[in-house]
Amino acid sequence: MDIVFRDVEHRYQINTPFEKRALYDIHVDIRSGSYVAVIGHTGSGKSTLLQHFNGLLQPTKGTAHLGDYTIVAGKKEKQLKPLRKKVGIVFQFPEHQLFEETVEKDICFGPMNFGMSEQEAKARVGEWLALVGLPEEVRHKSPFALSGGQMRRVAIAGVLAMEPEVLVLDEPTAGLDPRGRKEMMDMFANLQRQKKMTIVLVTHSMEEAARYADDIIIMHRGTIVRRGTPEQIFRNVDDLIHLGLDVPETVLFQRAIEQKFGIQFPEPCLTIEDVERSLQTLFTRVKRI
Amino acid sequence: MNGMIIGKYVPGDSLIHRLDPRTKLLLMFIYVFIVFLANNGWTYGILTLFTCLLLFLSRIPFSFMMRGLKPVLWVIVFTFFLHVLLTKEGHIVFQWLGIEVYDKAIQQGAFISLRFLLLIVVTTLLTLTTTPIEVTDGMESLLSPLKKWNVPVHELALMMSISLRFIPTLMEETEKIMKAQTARGVDFSSGPLQERMKAMTALLVPLFISAFKRAEELAVAMEVRGYRGSQNRTKWRELTWGRIDTAFMLFIGLLAIALWLLRS
Ligand SMILES: Nc1ncnc2c1ncn2[C@@H]1O[C@H](COP(=O)(O)OP(=O)(O)O)[C@@H](O)[C@H]1O
Ligand SMILES: [Mg+2]
Repeated sequence: MDIVFRDVEHRYQINTPFEKRALYDIHVDIRSGSYVAVIGHTGSGKSTLLQHFNGLLQPTKGTAHLGDYTIVAGKKEKQLKPLRKKVGIVFQFPEHQLFEETVEKDICFGPMNFGMSEQEAKARVGEWLALVGLPEEVRHKSPFALSGGQMRRVAIAGVLAMEPEVLVLDEPTAGLDPRGRKEMMDMFANLQRQKKMTIVLVTHSMEEAARYADDIIIMHRGTIVRRGTPEQIFRNVDDLIHLGLDVPETVLFQRAIEQKFGIQFPEPCLTIEDVERSLQTLFTRVKRI
Repeated sequence: MNGMIIGKYVPGDSLIHRLDPRTKLLLMFIYVFIVFLANNGWTYGILTLFTCLLLFLSRIPFSFMMRGLKPVLWVIVFTFFLHVLLTKEGHIVFQWLGIEVYDKAIQQGAFISLRFLLLIVVTTLLTLTTTPIEVTDGMESLLSPLKKWNVPVHELALMMSISLRFIPTLMEETEKIMKAQTARGVDFSSGPLQERMKAMTALLVPLFISAFKRAEELAVAMEVRGYRGSQNRTKWRELTWGRIDTAFMLFIGLLAIALWLLRS
């Protein structure tokens, strides 16, 4: 399902003294099956944008096309449940939404709300647990008896169980250890490749965005200021620093080398592997001279 | 959630904002008593005028106040109709399907609803123009004579300020959890009773867990720092009683006397 926004604006608590414009001039296209990362400073409107993808928030101006749905500002859309089945959102700190007595029940909650039978849901819990890398033993435990990282996985399994076409992730790896981060990010990448899911990832980590996404959107003070492939985005490092973003260490390293030796790397180095490759080509060139 | 304005503070620099919180608290307590003095057109008229004056001085937009009152409006309307239907005094104004409506009943219904409305407007005005910290400081100061009888005034004030402090946090949390569960297919606004109960569990369990966690964290943080607030503590913001505070107190005193004289 494609997502197309035209001139979308969102104001919180509109027509009160607390009115706050959190989004404006949003034009965005997210093609079915793509992997898009959204980065930006805290308060730049990332979470607000995400909540428009399943109609939790509706534009106060402009139009949002979400698959078959067209949400126009000012018109209250009523039946949004089918849309919410198609767009699964994993909120920041999703472990805060757990409430059932057992992991199994909590994971089945979403799919059953969308009409799956209890037997079918229970029969498939094992599959969903495996998907997020949890052992079968946790199935009958209380989710509150698990570690923080495991609770996060249970919550994510609960959203994956809805089998959405679009998976929206709001800083899913915040607060996890590096290994947990990597496992989780690899899992999302797999879902995109194998199940053809569309993935929208909000992250603070430029490294994650660079490594996993096909497309990067940069938000700044409520609007989209840059959009492009990781190579395009990281070509202009000063620009990113100017927007107050944390540029990947690898890119900073590359820039330092380039300035020091007055040379130009063939491509932006977004990962450690890129740096290694680029350095090797440089060395061989130097040796030949 | 966004409709609720009771308990919210609207920053501002109006005359009412600048009053000493003690004045505002006293004003409100006195008001709550003298509202019951009103019992005819004149006295209700004066009270309404006074309330409108306060609202005007506070610079809170009238429409904003009205929208905030919406949630309680049906209670007011209900009160009105209850009086109209149950009071049987005066002359019959009209009859319809065996229901007799008396003129005194309409009058009484209107007065009682107005009284209710005025009380809500004034109490809301207090919280809209006073920060929770000011409210508790004012309370503590007003209640401090009770310390002589070993009433833990400071602790009570602290409890109050902590509760007030966490109301917005709790509201935010509620909104966040509701959104997360809505995204998982929960419908909070319609559906059969059983599903609604389930929806409430999905909201309340996470909410209670986070509230207890927060309370525990706060208690531990205070404990490890050896918090002893009631002993030898000085204040960063001292309350100062100004001339306008005296003026307002005199004003409400006059209002009370006027109501007393004009009531029938
Ligand atoms: N429920 C809300 N009510 C009012 N303002 C909000 C609400 N949620 C977010 N905001 C404001 O909207 C802006 C964007 O917030 P958000 O979308 O959460 O940013 P990000 O996710 O990029 O940190 C912020 O200034 C924030 O204070
Ligand atoms: Mg956010």
